[in-house]
Amino acid sequence: MTAALVLDAGLALLVVAVAVWTIAAGSAFAAVVGFVAFGLLLALAWVRLAAVDVALTEAAVGSGITGALLITAAARLRPSEPGSVAERPGAPMRAVAGALAFAVFAGLSALVLLPANPAPTLAPAAAVHLPELGVGNAVTAVLLVYRALDTLLEKVVLLLALIGVWSLAPDRFWGGAPGLRPSALPGGELTLLGRLLPPVGIVVGIYILWVGAIAPGGAFQGSAILAAMWLLVMFAGLRAVPETSQRWLRLVIVAGPAVFLAVGFAGFALPNGFLSYPARFAKPLIIIIEVVLTLSIAAILGLLVAGPSECERQR
Amino acid sequence: MSAATLYGLCGAALVGLGLFGAIVHPQPLRKILAFNLLGGGVFLQFGVIARRGSAAGMGGDPVPQAMVITGIVVAFSATALAVALLLRLYQVSGGVTLNTEPPASPDGDGGGR
Repeated sequence: MTAALVLDAGLALLVVAVAVWTIAAGSAFAAVVGFVAFGLLLALAWVRLAAVDVALTEAAVGSGITGALLITAAARLRPSEPGSVAERPGAPMRAVAGALAFAVFAGLSALVLLPANPAPTLAPAAAVHLPELGVGNAVTAVLLVYRALDTLLEKVVLLLALIGVWSLAPDRFWGGAPGLRPSALPGGELTLLGRLLPPVGIVVGIYILWVGAIAPGGAFQGSAILAAMWLLVMFAGLRAVPETSQRWLRLVIVAGPAVFLAVGFAGFALPNGFLSYPARFAKPLIIIIEVVLTLSIAAILGLLVAGPSECERQR
Repeated sequence: MSAATLYGLCGAALVGLGLFGAIVHPQPLRKILAFNLLGGGVFLQFGVIARRGSAAGMGGDPVPQAMVITGIVVAFSATALAVALLLRLYQVSGGVTLNTEPPASPDGDGGGR
């Protein structure tokens, strides 16, 4: 017991230390590298909190895909760094910010140290209907059954973010290919990785999607891995980035939310309301939604990293 | 002291650090990074609440855990939009300052959310 506690204390300290580095690092690039390490350590903390589903999401989305996005941005913005360092606020401002941050830390710590007793929980309520849903993983059940509306709206948020990113393209580039440039030398190590990893990564991504019904995993985690594989192939220059005006691409992006909405509205006609599943078909419906969602989320995550169009439309 | 308390304090420290960085750093990209640290701290607090609510043979309450998964994905989409706005600002004006003095710089927060 005490050995585990020492491990937890060490991990918590390490997470905070890497976070301090991310704030204090001299260059934005170094800070982003610190942030990726921070995300991976945080994923370990999630495992220690018995939340393996969250750990997978944090490692794949919070650290991996966000890291890819921020590293590309830091490299592009590097020339602008010296100019903005001059705008650093003075000592009084920093002192006030430090005091404010410490007050927030102290307040949150008090909440942590004086918890509600008994702790509130919805776990028994979530467990009651698991057998009839045919879903063994309670987190998947919450995401796709009990709180399916949240998940549906989250898909819409992803879609809106993508529309926002695309609409930043200059008019003459509308519908063209995003500005993600292959960063590999032909025949270099990235080309090798781009050929070796995707076959394995795609199988792992599909497995994580499938196993999500009974064990940690699911649509988000699986799609983040698929998106990472797609990005790897594009960064290695093995496949071109598709133009944003292509019809198949737009269909894939919209398919997930559309199928989710269709099943939701079917709930009015068949059982008893929006997003309620008919009793015997709950599991097949959940799996259909998850599979289509996985494809859509993977495409949207990849395109969010690729950014707005920066080339003229070819076709 | 339990493991959940330790990670709760860790999350509180992350919120404080992220808040400090978001105020103090002049570069918008560093502000976005600090915002993500802050978000990570808030999510960790949720994880502690979930861990303390473990019951019915589960290691933690699945409802806050599912909310955190949704939160991580939404945080990513907000970050992606903020970064895209930032890169566009750089393309158009040649700088990424948030000062309102230069004419090309539109006002607004660099965090983008």
